[in-house]
Amino acid sequence: MTISSYSERPAARTETADGLSVPWSRPSARRKGVSARMVSAVTILLLLAAWALSARLQLVSPVFLPSPVAVWNKFIVVIKDGFVDATLLQHVVASLGRVFAALVAAILVGVPVGLAIGISTVGRGIFDPLLEFLRPIPPLAYLPLVIIWFGIGEPSKILVIAIAMLAPVALSTASGVRGVSRERVNAARSLGATRAQVVRHVVLPSALPSILTGLRIALGAGWSTLVAAELVAATRGLGFMIQSAAQFLVTDVVIMGILVIAAIAFVLEFAIRRIERALVPWAGRE
Amino acid sequence: MPHLVLDKVSIHYDGQPAPAVERVSIDVAKGDFVVLVGRSGCGKTSLLNVAAGLVTPSRGQASINGRGITGPGSDRAVVFQNDALFPWLTARENVAFALRLRGVRPAERARRADELLALVKLGDAGDKHIWELSGGMRQRVGLARALAAEPQFLLLDEPLGALDALTRERMQTTLLDLWTASHVGVLMVTHGIEEALVLATRIVVLAPGPGRVVRGFEPGFSRRYAAGEPVRSIKSDPAFAAARGELTDAIFEGEAA
Repeated sequence: MTISSYSERPAARTETADGLSVPWSRPSARRKGVSARMVSAVTILLLLAAWALSARLQLVSPVFLPSPVAVWNKFIVVIKDGFVDATLLQHVVASLGRVFAALVAAILVGVPVGLAIGISTVGRGIFDPLLEFLRPIPPLAYLPLVIIWFGIGEPSKILVIAIAMLAPVALSTASGVRGVSRERVNAARSLGATRAQVVRHVVLPSALPSILTGLRIALGAGWSTLVAAELVAATRGLGFMIQSAAQFLVTDVVIMGILVIAAIAFVLEFAIRRIERALVPWAGRE
Repeated sequence: MPHLVLDKVSIHYDGQPAPAVERVSIDVAKGDFVVLVGRSGCGKTSLLNVAAGLVTPSRGQASINGRGITGPGSDRAVVFQNDALFPWLTARENVAFALRLRGVRPAERARRADELLALVKLGDAGDKHIWELSGGMRQRVGLARALAAEPQFLLLDEPLGALDALTRERMQTTLLDLWTASHVGVLMVTHGIEEALVLATRIVVLAPGPGRVVRGFEPGFSRRYAAGEPVRSIKSDPAFAAARGELTDAIFEGEAA
């Protein structure tokens, strides 16, 4: 890691910026340097080539493994004409809508719960065991119960995702709250802050970097429960699209759906990192 | 007359075999600059925390203007060694923090914060983020923030301890300027012998095991600074060297050589 990121840095920067010419200031790995990113790109290209080749040579029946070109063509077709009565965009919007609704619910519940765990012994006593109980249960296990209790409508789907998101949000908030510097709290109190003001003006901002990390983990967790959430009585959504396609052995749509889910997860991760940098520029700089 | 009094204070932390501090009395009046010095473990910081209301004494009384101290209050602003600034706020917003807590209007508190920043010679750093400031600048923001609460007493816990020697020297005059300008009473903990001599109107020497007062000094050099004499000339006065020797002896008195 260290070596690769070192070689990515242009040598000119260190040399012209500080005018040093001592040997260790020159990234000598630059000329023949191989970056991790390049290795990743080559790996992906090789896998794609192997996929294309095996499809071309018909090593596996196209029913099970359609060629990359077929998947790409299907991607275009589904964007234009749709699949099972909805275009790709409509499926994506349906899924994203559920995940974001669940995220809002998880924040509204998880942040206060995390605060309670972090600042009060009673809060920790109440919520810690509940979260530890909830956390390891796979969504497919509680899905039937959620459907029995809340029906097969949209709220159940959102709830399934929200449950998966709750623990990461609450636990990250709690750990952020517990990590608040004693001196900052004391400084605020000696400046006249009440207990509530300390929470509002010191504890919450201090915990914000940790809360955002929790949101990032929660988005990942929620997105990966998407297929489970759309198992029952959905008419739109990426998870629903993949399942319908699987039932009719439309493998190219299945593969295309998986790739779209992965791509969106990647974009979300990237976006929330940007948000982190914009909202908590001080993190790691103290 | 505002008075901060520690009366025969003993501090015995839970789970410790011996008390950290035993029967220490300290009296700080408005306009005093009282400095606590002593070897590690003599309970200097514990005493300061009692005055701040962050530690409750196991015996004895801490009071301000005759009222018992039960917790932190904005009549006593604390500045810590580690500046404890809020990195999510700019320098100006940090200074204005106490005013914001009191609901002072934004325009008014920005104006007041800029005044205080100018007082600590950071007039143009208001919009800077905390992580863009050097250690000395951060400590000055910390002082301005403490003064914004308009305290009667400043409690300083080794505020210059983390700074390099040159910055430290410059900050000593800043502290003296603030003290003369604001007429607060100061209670400060330090490891620096010269620092204590330059700043204090009164020095309290503590010895460890358990923490207790062994000597008191009234050096008077800070009054000379307040009267207009530069710090350089004070420090080169033979009387200063003599006082330094005497204070050093008092601190290390009774310590096995």
